[in-house]
Amino acid sequence: MLLNIKNLHVSINGKEIIKGLNFSVNKGEVHAIMGPNGTGKSTLAAAITGREGYEITKGDIIYKGQVINDWSPDKRANEGVFLSFQYPIEIPGVSMTNFMRTALNAKREYLGKTPISAKDFLRKMEEKKKMVQIQSKLTNRSVNEGFSGGEKKKNEIFQMAMLEPELAILDETDSGLDIDALRVVAGGVNQLKSDKNAFIVITHYQRLLDYIVPDFVHVMYDGRIVKSGDKKLALELEDKGYEWIKDQFDN
Amino acid sequence: MEKVKKRYPLEEKFIRHFTGHSDEISRHDLPKVSRMRREAMKDFQRSGFPHNKMERWRNTDLEGIYETDLEIFDREIPYEKQLSEIFLCEVHGFETRVLSVLNGSFYSPETEKLTVDENGVIVGSLARAMQEYPEFIERHYGEIMEQRDGFKSLNMALATDGVFIYVPDNVVVDETFQIINILNKPSLVINVRNLVILGKNAKLRLLHCDDSVNHHAGFINKVNEVFLDENAELELYKLQNLNDETALLNQTSIHQSANSRLKIDAISLNGGMIRNEIFDLMNGSGAWSDIRGLYLMDQEQHVDNQVNIYHNVPHCDSNQLFKGILDNEATAVFNGYIYVKRDAQQTNAFQRNANILLAKTARVDTMPHLEIYADDVQCSHGASVGQLDNEALFYMMQRGIPFADARMLLMYAFADAVIDEISIESLRINIEDMVKRRLRGDLSICDRCVLHCSNPDQPVIFDIDMSKI
Amino acid sequence: MSDKKKDKGVLEEVTTGEYKYGFVMDIESDQAVRGLTEETVRFISKKKNEPEWLLEFRLKAFRHWLTLEEPDWALLHHPPINYQDIIYYSAPKPKKELESLDEVDPELLDTFNKLGISLEEQKRLSGVAVDAVIDSVSVKTTFQDTLAKHDIIFCSITDAVQNYPDLVKKYLGTVVPYTDNYFAALNSAVFSDGSFCYIPKGVRCPIELSTYFRINAANTGQFERTLLIADEGGYVSYLEGCTAPMRDENQLHAAIVEIVTHDDAEIKYSTVQNWYPGSKEGKGGIYNFVTKRGLCKGRNSKISWTQVETGSAITWKYPSCILMGDNSVGEFYSVAVTNNYQQADTGTKMIHIGKNTKSTIISKGISAGKSNNSYRGLVRVTQKADNARNYSQCDSLLLGDQCGAHTFPYIKTGNDTAIVEHEATTSKISDDQLFYCQQRGIDMEKAIGLIVNGYAKQVLNKLPMEFAVEAQKLLAITLEGSVG
Repeated sequence: MLLNIKNLHVSINGKEIIKGLNFSVNKGEVHAIMGPNGTGKSTLAAAITGREGYEITKGDIIYKGQVINDWSPDKRANEGVFLSFQYPIEIPGVSMTNFMRTALNAKREYLGKTPISAKDFLRKMEEKKKMVQIQSKLTNRSVNEGFSGGEKKKNEIFQMAMLEPELAILDETDSGLDIDALRVVAGGVNQLKSDKNAFIVITHYQRLLDYIVPDFVHVMYDGRIVKSGDKKLALELEDKGYEWIKDQFDN
Repeated sequence: MEKVKKRYPLEEKFIRHFTGHSDEISRHDLPKVSRMRREAMKDFQRSGFPHNKMERWRNTDLEGIYETDLEIFDREIPYEKQLSEIFLCEVHGFETRVLSVLNGSFYSPETEKLTVDENGVIVGSLARAMQEYPEFIERHYGEIMEQRDGFKSLNMALATDGVFIYVPDNVVVDETFQIINILNKPSLVINVRNLVILGKNAKLRLLHCDDSVNHHAGFINKVNEVFLDENAELELYKLQNLNDETALLNQTSIHQSANSRLKIDAISLNGGMIRNEIFDLMNGSGAWSDIRGLYLMDQEQHVDNQVNIYHNVPHCDSNQLFKGILDNEATAVFNGYIYVKRDAQQTNAFQRNANILLAKTARVDTMPHLEIYADDVQCSHGASVGQLDNEALFYMMQRGIPFADARMLLMYAFADAVIDEISIESLRINIEDMVKRRLRGDLSICDRCVLHCSNPDQPVIFDIDMSKI
Repeated sequence: MSDKKKDKGVLEEVTTGEYKYGFVMDIESDQAVRGLTEETVRFISKKKNEPEWLLEFRLKAFRHWLTLEEPDWALLHHPPINYQDIIYYSAPKPKKELESLDEVDPELLDTFNKLGISLEEQKRLSGVAVDAVIDSVSVKTTFQDTLAKHDIIFCSITDAVQNYPDLVKKYLGTVVPYTDNYFAALNSAVFSDGSFCYIPKGVRCPIELSTYFRINAANTGQFERTLLIADEGGYVSYLEGCTAPMRDENQLHAAIVEIVTHDDAEIKYSTVQNWYPGSKEGKGGIYNFVTKRGLCKGRNSKISWTQVETGSAITWKYPSCILMGDNSVGEFYSVAVTNNYQQADTGTKMIHIGKNTKSTIISKGISAGKSNNSYRGLVRVTQKADNARNYSQCDSLLLGDQCGAHTFPYIKTGNDTAIVEHEATTSKISDDQLFYCQQRGIDMEKAIGLIVNGYAKQVLNKLPMEFAVEAQKLLAITLEGSVG
């Protein structure tokens, strides 16, 4: 099992957002997590990646057989956890190229490998850029600075391609994307998908799932996974709306 | 080796006055106040007047005033109905409760020196409040303003009267209070002091006007202390329209308790020498302040705004915006200072000063300073000096607007960010009107109350057909 | 939460870096007696076989210095400096004319190798002409042949006094008069050596000129004096680097740099200042009181200051431009990093006198540990300076909650056609940026280094290539504790 979350409780500023969540992911699988706004989807992503301020008050996150509750975010990243941010931050003055090379070498160092040569690095950049149809000029700019919404999301997928994670979490990657950008992003994900990695796709709408087909669909509500099924569940949700879930569980 | 400082005759005069009239000056004092006076006078004897070797006085030269032979005025003028009319405000749709200060003393019939309203609001003469409500004086008088320089020491030693306002907990005052400060005798120097106390959750709107009613020289040395208890809210509008011979030193210190809110709009329209010192002491978490100023100076006028924000505790927000337009040989100084104490985390402090120079001989010195000892803060400041946008001017003129109007429009647009913040609509309209007239050069000091000079029968014509633009 | 705790620790760790240039060289030196009297001044002048006029200049400066008091307006705190407990002259021994690099004291060459400056390497590979000043005396100027071909004079100021007395006499003290300030008066009285450079009319210096300064001897003050002149249409890019050994006592460095550019001339002056900053506990370190000023004398002339300030216990330094010629341009790009107990009060003055003059100020302050870092700058537009333009941007970054970051701009405008803009912000590294980097696998320490370098990039980009790399490393060392 790649990821196994047991009875997870997460609080922000003392307020419990995730309230006993169980969830597991195997290699080669794509899981979609859906649910109304404010039910803890992004909190789950933050907890898995170790964001500060998200306190695990109970339960364990077990990744590749180890409890990672206390791991720093970079250690988790170097172990293969990647988050495509919902709102990627701008980092002025730090070029994409420099940023990516630093990240890639950090991982190599962590794995006891020598740094990547400039030539190999550039070749890899070019190859991955093509995959997400990202323009060369974007990688010459500072990280996310002056990028449009769509460019930022493409840039996230580009970074994912570069870092080759084992567990990728896409947090609302479809928000703010037009249909063409959505196709590009999904195409990138599908190319990266293999039996050695797994994806968790957090989304509010079904439309992304037309392009990234999930093996499992989970519905989150009030800090828990309340319903799981296959991709038909997503269609059912689309059809009936979240009110259907709310009605079922509020009573 | 310390050089022996030259003493000005005016300094000597103050010192002599203090020793010669100490009984009279201390007539209504609490023991605490008498003690403070003596100490302040000692400080003054040591320091004398501030001089331009001092960092904070580098750009404001008062030498001319020090050399003037001014008369120390210490008498109360007996109330006369006729005299009281100079304070009348006949502004359309804008009712205020007027608190008059004439030549440094609270001015009203004996029976109205200090009144207590039904809602518990106490308002009137500070001298009277010292006698009748010593508990407030004990707690706050002289405790908010630090004695940092000669003028404050002088004021502490010599001021005997001014306005006292107390708003009890949970009282929201509906009407707007208006302090009108006037000199009507030639060559006076006065020391006046105001104390404003707002209880928990109390709310007050205060308009504070300094006006000249003639063209005599004068020097006003004023200290205002304001205490805002938790969650209290004060809107303070300062309007300064003085003659070119008058120097005004207006020093305001505000203690802000937790979650209190302070809004200041300081508008300087005329005055030979105006110096506004604001000390905003954020001593309670969650305090908020927005301090704005507009100065429109010409001839040889000088305006100096010293705004000091002390973020002493975490989670406070402050904002400063000062804008000025300077013509002829006018000079302006802006010294904005933001201090963030160690551990005053989560501070947001912003400061901006923008100036437009209309003449080659006008000057501005701006010093937006930050001193920051906490890391989790958002602080920024900006300062600019420039001219009206020539392209915009041309664009408007190309659309048929005369140069003078286009220029006015741009100047007015520049000033608008400050005026727009005035929440009392009728006051805003009035001030807008005054600013327009001031920018046209039509506004001089009025011969009566400052707000009176706006004649509602003859509204200012400033109608540009926007459809032409 | 052990790893997260460790990350907190990292921030502390990165803000307590070690100084790696702190070795003491075993170089014999020739010292003046301790203390400052007229005799000391005469001794230095005699030692250097100076003409009478220069001795007079020194003596006038010394007498003036006696009437002055140490300035106290900067946001700096230090115990009083005992000016009688300083050795005012210290030269490596033996001092004799050196014909080639082979004659340079091997110990000295080794020192420069330790500093990462091999004179030979520099000469052969990078085409940078190097003048090295150790404890006040210039020891070697490389690359003379190339320079001679272009009639460029680049030598120690001591040599210049002997060989080009008219030039020195014409310019010395014209930009920074000895009456300028306390430390300028002191320097004018006791300066021992420094670099001199003259670019003749129409010559663009084909190589970067460079001086390395080092304080080596104990209890010694260093008072170097640099004079750069670019005649009409001349251009030179000049680099300066500084280091000092680790010592428990504080050492004084009071230098003067004077620059003059004539019509259409340009001088680019870059500094990487890495004097010993003192120990983590704030013991020792250099007191760096420096007066640097450039005069854009001619029309269309330009002076550009770039500085990376990472060293010194105390930095008091305001490289300035007097924009006298019409259309002249002044620039100031600065990164100042303070850590532990360091204090820096640095900035610039841009004095607009000519018409259509333009100045740019970009200052990036980074404070860590228990340090205090202040920007202090003056922009003055005089009444005749029509169409003057200034843009200033002064940002401060705080790393940790025990340090201070301060901004003290002074803007004085006396001309209605001037446009002056000043912007400043103070912030810390955002948690979101750190997390983003960490999420991509970059550890806290590296992430801080990356973000800080990004933050300073606007300034670092202004440095010549070989310095930029060094400067980036220095930022990393100052903040990280290991070579980045």
